[in-house]
Amino acid sequence: MKLLALDTSTDICSVALMIGSNMRERDISGMRHAESILPSVQALLAEGGITLGKLDAIAFGRGPGSFTSLRIGAAVVQGLAFGADIPVLPVSSLAALAQSTDAERVLTALDARMGQVYTASFLRGEDGLMRSIGAETVCAPDDVPLPDGTDWTGAGSGWDKYSDLLCQRIGARLKEWLPALFPRARGVAALAMPGLAAGEALAPEQALPVYLRDDVARKAGR
Amino acid sequence: MRVLGIETSCDDTGVAIFDSELGLLAHRLYSQTALHADYGGVVPELASRDHVRKALPLLRTVMTDAGCAPADINGIAYTAGPGLAGALLVGAALGQSLAFAWGIPAVGIHHMEGHLLSPMLEPDPPPFPFLALLVSGGHTLLANVKGLGQYRIVGESIDDAAGEAFDKTAKLLGLGYPGGPAIATAALKGSAGRFRFPRPMTDRHRTHGAAPGLDFSFSGLKTAVATEVARLGSLDSQTIADVALAFEQAVVDVLAIKCEWAIEATGAERLVVAGGVSANQSLRARLNELGKRFRVRVYFPRPAFSTDNGAMIAYAGLLRLQAGVSEPASFNVHARWAIEDLTAPS
Ligand SMILES: Nc1ncnc2c1ncn2[C@@H]1O[C@H](COP(=O)(O)OP(=O)(O)OP(=O)(O)O)[C@@H](O)[C@H]1O
Ligand SMILES: [Mg+2]
Repeated sequence: MKLLALDTSTDICSVALMIGSNMRERDISGMRHAESILPSVQALLAEGGITLGKLDAIAFGRGPGSFTSLRIGAAVVQGLAFGADIPVLPVSSLAALAQSTDAERVLTALDARMGQVYTASFLRGEDGLMRSIGAETVCAPDDVPLPDGTDWTGAGSGWDKYSDLLCQRIGARLKEWLPALFPRARGVAALAMPGLAAGEALAPEQALPVYLRDDVARKAGR
Repeated sequence: MRVLGIETSCDDTGVAIFDSELGLLAHRLYSQTALHADYGGVVPELASRDHVRKALPLLRTVMTDAGCAPADINGIAYTAGPGLAGALLVGAALGQSLAFAWGIPAVGIHHMEGHLLSPMLEPDPPPFPFLALLVSGGHTLLANVKGLGQYRIVGESIDDAAGEAFDKTAKLLGLGYPGGPAIATAALKGSAGRFRFPRPMTDRHRTHGAAPGLDFSFSGLKTAVATEVARLGSLDSQTIADVALAFEQAVVDVLAIKCEWAIEATGAERLVVAGGVSANQSLRARLNELGKRFRVRVYFPRPAFSTDNGAMIAYAGLLRLQAGVSEPASFNVHARWAIEDLTAPS
C-alpha cells in the first residue's frame, strides 16, 4: 500500500509518505503551512521515487484543531486527490496525537483557545493502533470527561498549557503526562491503513475538517 | 490556453473556465447570502467553512458543464487577496494543489484586478488604456489604467465604499442584505423630489478648504439618511421607496460627477466601470449619458459579472499566465493588498 498523509491541525504541520512498511516524514514548524506544505509533499514524493497518481490514497488529520490550518490541509488534500484521481481517508487528529506516544492508555487534550481543550481518550489495540473510547469533545480543562480506570498518560498542547488543572481533574487515574507532543502525519498514515485496506476511502470532496466547535457566531438580536 | 478560475475572497464561491480562443466555457457561482442573513453581515469563519465544502463540488460541475477533461486545462488562477484571509486560503490551497497534481502553472490574482478586467469578458472588449471606476462592497476608486498591472489611483473613498453605503442604508430601511439590489428595487417605486440627500465632496467652488478633487466620501450621506429615518419615526413602504430613490440618486450623482471630472483631468477616451455597484441600472444609464456627452465609450460587465465571480479571475489569470507570470507552489494570500502594488508582467 502507498499512502501520502498530512496533518495540519496545530502550529506544527507534518507530511508523511508510507510505501509498504517504509515511512518518511517531514515537519514544518512556525505556522508556515501554506508556504511549505506543497514543497514538502514534492520533496517527499521525490525522495520516495513516486508520483501522486501511483498512490492508493491520501490520509489527513481531519481535526479537531486550528480552524484555518485544518482548512488549508483539507483543501490541499482535496486538490491533490481530485487532481490525481485517488481517494481520501480522514483520521482524527486526537487519535494521531495519541499515536505519537508509546503509552497504552492516552488521554489527549489539544489547546482549543478560549479556555478550552479538544479531548478524547484512547486505548492501544493489539495492532499497535490507538482506538478512541467515548466521543471527542471540546470543554474546559476542569470538565474533561473522566476516563475509567488508572494508568492514563496525558498528551497534547492542552496538557502543556493546563497541566495543573488537568492533573487535578484526572487525579489518581493519571500515571504521567508527556510534554510537547502533537499529532503527526506518520500517526495519521498508520491509523489510515486499516480503513484503506477495508475499502473505506472517500471521494476527494469528502476531505473536510471536523471542528468540534460549531458555535462560532452569534445571530443578530440574540 | 484554457484557464480554470477560483474565487473565494468573501461570501461567494465562484468557479469558471475561460479559453483564449473560445472565450468563457462555463461558470458557476454558489452564493452564501442565505447563510449569513441571520447574522447581519458576513461571518468570516462561517464563510471559510462553506467555501471548503462547496468549492470542489462546484469545480467538478464546471468541468462537466465545459466538457473539459483535466488534460484540457493549462493553468489555474485563484484570488490571492484582498479579502477574508481564511476564505482566500481555501481557494488558494485548492487551486495550488490542483495545479501541482496536474503539473500546470498556478497564479494568484488580485480580486480588484479581476473586477477591473471583467468588462473584457463581454463581446467588443475595451482596449487599454482607459479610465476605470471600481465600485464594490469594499472599494470605490478611480484609476488610470495603462495596461495589465499598470494601475494608478487618481481618486478613492476616504471612508465608506459605495457598496457599503448601499448595504448600511438598506439595513437602516429594513431592506436586508445585500443592500444594493434591495435599494435599487425599492427605488423603482419611489417618487423623486420628496427627499434630497447631500452629494459629499462635489462642490468645486467651496470658499473654505481645498477643492475636493477626485476622492469620494459616503459616510456623511449614510448619516444624513439615518438622521432623516430617525426624524420620520415609522416608515411606510412608500416612504422607504422615496428614501431609497433619493439615496440612490445621491450616490449615482457623486459617482457621475467624479467620473466627469476624471475624464476632464485625464482626457480618457474610454471609461470602464466594474464591481458590484456597477450592476446598478440608474448608474449605468447615467454614465452612458455622460459618455455620450464627452464622446467617451463606457464599458460595463454583464450584471452577473459585476459582483464576485470566477470568470473574472479565470480571465485575469489567462492574461497573466499568457504573459509568463506564475506563482510557486509555496503560496500565500494577502488579506490587505493595494491594487497599485501590482506590476506589469515583465
Ligand atoms: N444593483 C445594485 N445597485 C447597487 N449596489 C449593488 C447592486 N448590486 C450589488 N451591489 C452592491 O455591490 C456590493 C457587492 O459587490 P462585490 O461583490 O463586488 O463586493 P465585494 O466583493 O464584497 O467587495 P470588494 O470587491 O471591494 O472586495 C454590495 O455592497 C452590494 O450591495
Ligand atoms: Mg468583489
